Amino acid sequence: MRHDITINIDNLSTGYSSGGDKKVVTHGINASLRGGELTCLLGPNGAGKSTLLKTLSTFISPLKGKITLLGKPLDSYSNTERARLIGVVLTDKPALENMSARELVGLGRTPYTGFWGRLSDEDNAVVDEAMSLVGISSLSDRMTHTLSDGERQKVMIAKALAQQTPVIFLDEPTAFLDFPSKVELMQLLLSLSRRYGKTIFMSTHDLDLALLTADRIWLIDRNHGVTTGTPEDLALDGSLARYFVRDGVTFDSSSGVFRVSVTPVREISVKGEGIRHDMLVKALARNAIAVVDSEPCEITVTHDAFVYRGIAYRDIASLLNAIL
Amino acid sequence: MKFAIISITVVVLFLLNLFLGSVEIPARDVVEILLGDDTRGAAGFIVMGSRLPAAVTALLAGAGLAVSGLMLQTSFRNPLAGPSILGITSGASLGVAVVLLFFGGSVAVGSLTIGGYAAVILGAFIGSMLIMGLLLGLSSLIRNDLMLLITGIMIGYLASSVIMLLNYASTAEGIQSYVMWGMSSFNGVSLQQLPLFAGVTLSGIFMALLLIKPLNVMLLGAGYAANLGVNIKLVRNVLLLATGLLSAVITAYCGPVSFIGLAVPHIARMIFRTDNHRILMPATILCGSVVALGCSLLCMLPSSGVLPVNAVTPLVGAPVVLWVLLRRRK
Repeated sequence: MRHDITINIDNLSTGYSSGGDKKVVTHGINASLRGGELTCLLGPNGAGKSTLLKTLSTFISPLKGKITLLGKPLDSYSNTERARLIGVVLTDKPALENMSARELVGLGRTPYTGFWGRLSDEDNAVVDEAMSLVGISSLSDRMTHTLSDGERQKVMIAKALAQQTPVIFLDEPTAFLDFPSKVELMQLLLSLSRRYGKTIFMSTHDLDLALLTADRIWLIDRNHGVTTGTPEDLALDGSLARYFVRDGVTFDSSSGVFRVSVTPVREISVKGEGIRHDMLVKALARNAIAVVDSEPCEITVTHDAFVYRGIAYRDIASLLNAIL
Repeated sequence: MKFAIISITVVVLFLLNLFLGSVEIPARDVVEILLGDDTRGAAGFIVMGSRLPAAVTALLAGAGLAVSGLMLQTSFRNPLAGPSILGITSGASLGVAVVLLFFGGSVAVGSLTIGGYAAVILGAFIGSMLIMGLLLGLSSLIRNDLMLLITGIMIGYLASSVIMLLNYASTAEGIQSYVMWGMSSFNGVSLQQLPLFAGVTLSGIFMALLLIKPLNVMLLGAGYAANLGVNIKLVRNVLLLATGLLSAVITAYCGPVSFIGLAVPHIARMIFRTDNHRILMPATILCGSVVALGCSLLCMLPSSGVLPVNAVTPLVGAPVVLWVLLRRRK
C-alpha cells in the first residue's frame, strides 16, 4: 500500500458558501496523499488548514475542483461507506461525564454495528487491539473526563483505529501537549502509517517536529496556496523559507531548522572553540551582539572560564552581566 | 437489578395514585372497581374517570418529558437543556394561549369538545416546533450554559408578553380557562381522550428509542458523529419531531410542567453512572414516570384539594439544576 495514492486533489477551492455568497479560503490546490506515509499540513493561523481538513472530511463541500478517494469521487460514497474509509481526530473536546475510555473507543465501531450499536465479540477484539496499539490498554476503565490532554488525544486516535479506516485525518493533534507527549504522538502516527499502510494527514503548528518526522509536508497560506514535497525538497527549493521567513525568523538550510534572529546592534570578537564557544555565540546572538573576527580579541573562551577585559567569568550569565 | 427496583417503584407509585386521593375510598372497593365492578356510583366514577386516567397521564407525561430532556441534553451537548428551560414549553403555551384566548368562549377548558382539544394540541404543536426550529438555528450558541439559559429565559419572556397581550384582548372565560390550564395538572385527560394522549406520547417515546445509537455517537459532537456515518440532518429532524410532539401534547393536556425534562436525565445518570443511551434512555423513561407519579401523589396530599403540579416539580428540579451547575464549576 505504501506510496500508492489514496487521495487525489485536483484544482480544489475550499471555503464557505452561504446562500449565493462564496467565501474562498484557498484555491487551486493540486496535491495527493499516499498510503504508508505521514503527511503534515503546516501554515499560519487563518491560512485555511482547518477548512481544507473539513473539506477532505466532507464536513463542508468544496467550492470547486475534484477530490478522489481510492479512485472514486469523494462525494460518491454513502455516509456509511465513507465512515469505513476516513477516520478523524478533531480539536473538539467531547464533554462526557460518564463514559469510559474503552466505551469511547468502542464508538469507533459505529459504522460496523447494528441498529442498537451493540458491540459484537469481533468488535470488542478490534477495540482491544486499537487500544493496545496506541498503548492505552491500562486506561480502559478510566472515565474520559479524568484523562490528561495527551491521554485523551491517544484515546481519540484509538477510536480512529477502531474505525479501521485506511485514511486518518487529525486536526492539530499536538496542540496543548507538552513537548515529550508531542514527540511520542508524532512517533506513534509515523509508526502507524508505516506498519499498517495507513494514509495519515495531520495539521500542526509544530514546525520543527513536523520537519523531523513527516514523510511529506503540505505548506499552505493565503498568498502562495498549497505547496507539497518532502521536508528536504521544500528546504532545498526555498519553499520553507518563502512560507515562514519573516522579520525575526531565519531558515538555516544546512540544519533544516528555523532560528529566531535578532538584528545585531553591537559587535564583539571572540576567541576559542568547541561547545563552550558555540554556546557563547548563541547567547550573544540572543542579546543582539554579533560575533566578528577582529583584533584585538575581546573575549577569550578557556576550558573553565570566559575572560573579558582581563577578568575571568565562571559562567555565561555573569559574563553577560558584565558586557550588557 | 437497578432496573427491577425502578420498575417496581413505578408500579407501586402507580397503584398508590389509584388508591389515594382527596376522597377516601376503601382499598377493597378500589380493587373491585378496577376489576370491573360498575355498581359503586360516585366512587366508581372517581377511580375510573379521574384517578386511573390521571395516573396513566402522569406515567406517560413523566416518561415523555424526561426523554425529551435527555434528547435535548445530548443533541445540544449541554446538561442544562430541557423542554421547559429552553422555552419549548413556552412556545407550546403560546400556541395554547392563542387557541384558548382567541376562541376562549367556545372551548372553555372544562367543556372542551374533541375539535377544541384538537385545536389546542395543534396550537401547542406549532408553538413548540417553532421554538425548536429557532433553537436548532441557534444551537452553536447554546453549547454555552449562559447563552442557553438566557435564550430560554428570553423566549419565555417573549411568549409571556404575547400571552399577556392576548389576555388583554380576550374574554373572561378565555382567560379563566387559560389560567386553569397554566397551573398544570395530570387530571386534564379524560378517559375518552386518554387513547389519543397515550397514542401520541407513546409514538414520541418510540421515535426517541429509534435514536439510541445516533445519540450515543452525538455525545462526541456533530463532527465525530458525521464522520462515523450518522446522518446528522435526519437525526436532528426526527429529534425535533419527537421532542416537539412530546412537549406539545403533554403541554396541551397537562399545562407547562416544569423541571421534569431537565432534572430526570440527571437523576438517571446519577443512578446508572453511564452516558450510554442503551441504558440511559430506558432508565430516564422509567425515572420520569417515577418522578411524575411521585409529584402527582404529593399534589394530592392536602386534604382540601389538589395542588397544581408546578407547585411540586421545582422541589425536585431546582436542587438538581444547582447540583449540576456546582459540579461543573470544578
